[in-house]
Amino acid sequence: MAIVEMQKLSICADKKRRKALLETLQSLGVMQIENDSIDDPQLQKMDTESAISTFGKNADTLDQAISLLTSYAPSTKSGGLFQEKMLVSREQFENTVESQKNYMRFANQILQDQKEMDEARGTIEKDRNRILALQPWMKMDVPLNTPGTQTTEMLVGTVPGETDAAGLYAAASKGMEDPAPVDVTVLDCDAGLTYLAVLCLRRDAEQVGNNLRDIGFARPQQMESGLPSATAEALEQDIRAKEKRIEELKKDISGFAREAEEFRIASDYYRTRAEKYRLLGTIPQSENMFFLEGWVPKSQAGPVKNMLELKFDALVEMEKTEPDDFEPTLLKNNSFSESAEGVLESYGLPQHHRVDPTFVMSLFYVFFFGMMLSDAGYGIVMSIACAVLLLKKKRLEKGLRKMLKLFFWCGLSTTFWGFMYGGFFGDAIDVIAKTFFGYTGGTILKPLWFAPLDNPMQLLVWCLLFGLIHLFTGLGMKGYEMLKDHDPVGFLGDVVSWYLFVGGLVLLLVPSDIFASIAGQKITFPAWAHQLSVMITLIGVAMIILMSGRDHKNWAVRIALGAYDVYGVTGWLSDLLSYSRLLALGLATGVIANVVNMMASMVGGGPVGIIPFILVFLLGHTMNIAINALGAYVHTNRLQYVEFFGKFYDAGGRAFQPFRAINKYIQIKEEKES
Amino acid sequence: MSIGMVYALLGAALSTILAGIGSAFGVRAAGQAAAGVTAENPEMFAKVLVLQLLPGTQGIYGLLVTFIALSRIGVLGGNAVTDTNTGLLYLIACLPVAVVGLISAIYQGKTAIASINLVAKKPDQFGKAMLFPAMVETYAILALLVSILAVTNIG
Repeated sequence: MAIVEMQKLSICADKKRRKALLETLQSLGVMQIENDSIDDPQLQKMDTESAISTFGKNADTLDQAISLLTSYAPSTKSGGLFQEKMLVSREQFENTVESQKNYMRFANQILQDQKEMDEARGTIEKDRNRILALQPWMKMDVPLNTPGTQTTEMLVGTVPGETDAAGLYAAASKGMEDPAPVDVTVLDCDAGLTYLAVLCLRRDAEQVGNNLRDIGFARPQQMESGLPSATAEALEQDIRAKEKRIEELKKDISGFAREAEEFRIASDYYRTRAEKYRLLGTIPQSENMFFLEGWVPKSQAGPVKNMLELKFDALVEMEKTEPDDFEPTLLKNNSFSESAEGVLESYGLPQHHRVDPTFVMSLFYVFFFGMMLSDAGYGIVMSIACAVLLLKKKRLEKGLRKMLKLFFWCGLSTTFWGFMYGGFFGDAIDVIAKTFFGYTGGTILKPLWFAPLDNPMQLLVWCLLFGLIHLFTGLGMKGYEMLKDHDPVGFLGDVVSWYLFVGGLVLLLVPSDIFASIAGQKITFPAWAHQLSVMITLIGVAMIILMSGRDHKNWAVRIALGAYDVYGVTGWLSDLLSYSRLLALGLATGVIANVVNMMASMVGGGPVGIIPFILVFLLGHTMNIAINALGAYVHTNRLQYVEFFGKFYDAGGRAFQPFRAINKYIQIKEEKES
Repeated sequence: MSIGMVYALLGAALSTILAGIGSAFGVRAAGQAAAGVTAENPEMFAKVLVLQLLPGTQGIYGLLVTFIALSRIGVLGGNAVTDTNTGLLYLIACLPVAVVGLISAIYQGKTAIASINLVAKKPDQFGKAMLFPAMVETYAILALLVSILAVTNIG
C-alpha cells in the first residue's frame, strides 16, 4: 500500500567501462535513466541513430520471419493470447548471439522465399487469365497472327452477337460476285461474342475487311504467336512449375522451424541492443568520462552504488531530491492488492507525495464485482479458469498475470455473492431436480441472505448503503491526505463538514415515510435522535458555507462560494444513485441465467431431454457469463474511477520505466551464482 | 383473454423489441468501426471487441424486464391479468427500459465508435476509452431499475 521511495543517483565513470556498465545496468533493470538535467555544452553526445535503426530493422526482420514460420510450420506457434515467455538458459542465449549472423541470414532467406512465393503466385494468376483469354481460340490450328499465304489473307477477330457461319459468310461477302471466295469459320460463341477466322483472297481483303467492320468486327487485343492450344499448354506447364516451386519454398521455410527458438532469442537480443544504443545516444560524455543520472528505488540504491563502485570504479553519488524533481512512480502492494494495480494504472498512477489508493480500491473492487456478477457457478468457473492459467503458465507477461489474479479474487467474491443470492448457474439445481428427477418440493438451494428478485427495493437500499460507505471511504482518503499535509483547516472544511452534512441528511431520511415505503419497514428514532440529526446536518451546512471558500478574504464572496458548494450535495445524490447498478446488474445475471435454464429444460426430462439440455445450458451460460462478466468489469471500473476517485484522487504520476532488456519472447534463466 | 392481458403482453414485448433494436443498431455501428481497426491491426481484436459489445447490454436489460413481466402476468408464471387497468400499468412499467434502452444503445454505439478510434490510436488508453460508453449506459441502468421496481410492485 505504498509508493516506492525513489533515490536519485548520478554516476560518473571511465568511458572505457561504458559498455560493460550499461550492459550491467540493463540486465539489472532497476534504474530509470534521465540525462536531460545534465546540460553542459562541453559534453558531447554520441550519434547512435544508425545503430538503433540497424538493430531495430534486424529485430523486425526476425519478427517477420517468425510470423511466417508460424503460418507455414504451425508447430512453432506459441500460446496466442496467453503467450508465455520462453525460458532460455544463459548458455543458449550466448550461443545464439555468437552466431547471430547465421540467424539473420536464415531470416533473410525466409523473407526472400516469401517474396519469391508472392511473385510466383502473381505469375500463376496472370497465366490463368491468359489461358482464360485463349479458350475461345482453341479450335484454331494455326497461330492467331498468321498473316495468310501468298494469295490469301486471314482475318481473326470477334463480332458482337451470336451468329452462325452462313450469316457471317453473307455479311462478309456482301457486294461480291457469287460465289465469293471467302471462307468463314466460327470458332466459338460465348457471352454475346462470336469468335471467327475469315480467309479470303488478298485482292478482296480490303472489301471483306470493310464488310466485317460494318458488323462490328474487332481484332483481339493480343495476338499470341504460336498455336493457341500449344500456348495454353505451355502456360499450364508454367503454372505447374510455379506451384511446385511454391511447395518447395514452403518446405524451405518450414525447414527453418527448428531455428524458431533462436529467431526469438535473436530478435529480443537486437531489440535490447537497440534500446541500449537509444540510451547511449542520450549520454553526455567528455573525452574520457561519461555521466548518467536517474532514479533507483531507494532500497536498491545502496547495492547499486556499491556494485558500480566496486566493479567499474565509477563515482556514484546519492543526490538529494529537489522540490521540482518529478519522481517516477512505482507501486508496491501486498499480493492481493497488487492484482488491482492494473486498474489503477489505466486511470493514472499517483504522484509521489500522494497516497496510493490501490489497497482500499482493491477491496471494494472485488466486493462490487462479486455483487454485480453474483452467481456462484460463474464465480467458480472464473476462479478455476484463472487459477489454472496462473498455475500452468508461470511466465506470462506481468500485467496479464495481475489481471488474471484480480479475476481470480473477483471470482471468489462472485461465488460468495452467488450463495448469498441463491444463484448457482441461476436456478440450475432446482431446474435439474425438477426436470430429470421429478423433484416437486420447495427451493433446494436457498439463498443465504435473500433472493434479489423477491425484494428488489430492500436490496436497493443495501446497494446505496454500500455506495455510501464507498464514497465516505473516498472522502476519508482525502481527509487522510490533508492531515498528512498538515492542513487541519482543510480537513475540517472539506471533509468533516461533508461527513456531517451528508451523514445528517441520511439520518434524517431514515425515519421518513419515503424510506419506510422503500425499505418495507418503518424505523422510528426517538425525538432526541431526530434533533441530533438536524443539528448535525445544520453544523455541516454551516461549516461548508463558512469554510469552503476560505481562500478568499472577502466574507461576502466567501459565503457566496460556500453556499454554492452546498449545492454540491446534488453531486452526492447522483453519485449515490449510481450504485443502483449493483442491483440492476446483479439481477440481470440471475434472471438471464434462469431464462437459459428454462429454455434448456423445455424439451422435458428423460434421456431425450438430456442432450438438448446440455447444449442449451452450455451455450446459454457461456454467453451469459461472458457478457455479464464484461458488464461487471466495466461498471466496477466506473464506480472506482468516477464515484470513488472523484472524491479524492487525481492521478498525474508517471510510471517507473527502468532501463532494461526488452524481451518480447524470452526470459533468461539466471543460474545461481556459486 | 382480457384486453388487459394484451396490454401487459404488449409492454413485455416492447421492452425486448425496442431495447433490442437499439442494441442491434449500436453493436452494428461499433462493429463496423471495430472491423476497420482489426483490419489495420489484428492485435487490437480483443480490445475493440470489448468496446463493440458495450452497447449490447440494453438488449439484455430489455429481455430481463420482459422475462420478469412474463413471469408475473401469467405467461411464465404468476396470475393472468384480468382487468384493463393492471394491463396498462404493466405496459407503462415496461416503457422506461424500452424507450431509454432504444435510444441510449444507439448513442452508446456512437460513443463506442469514438472510443474504438481512441484505442486504435492509443492502445494503452483502453481503460479510459471503456469508460466513455459506460457513462451513456448509466441511463439505461436507471431505466432498467425503474422498470424492474415498477413491474415487481404492480398488483
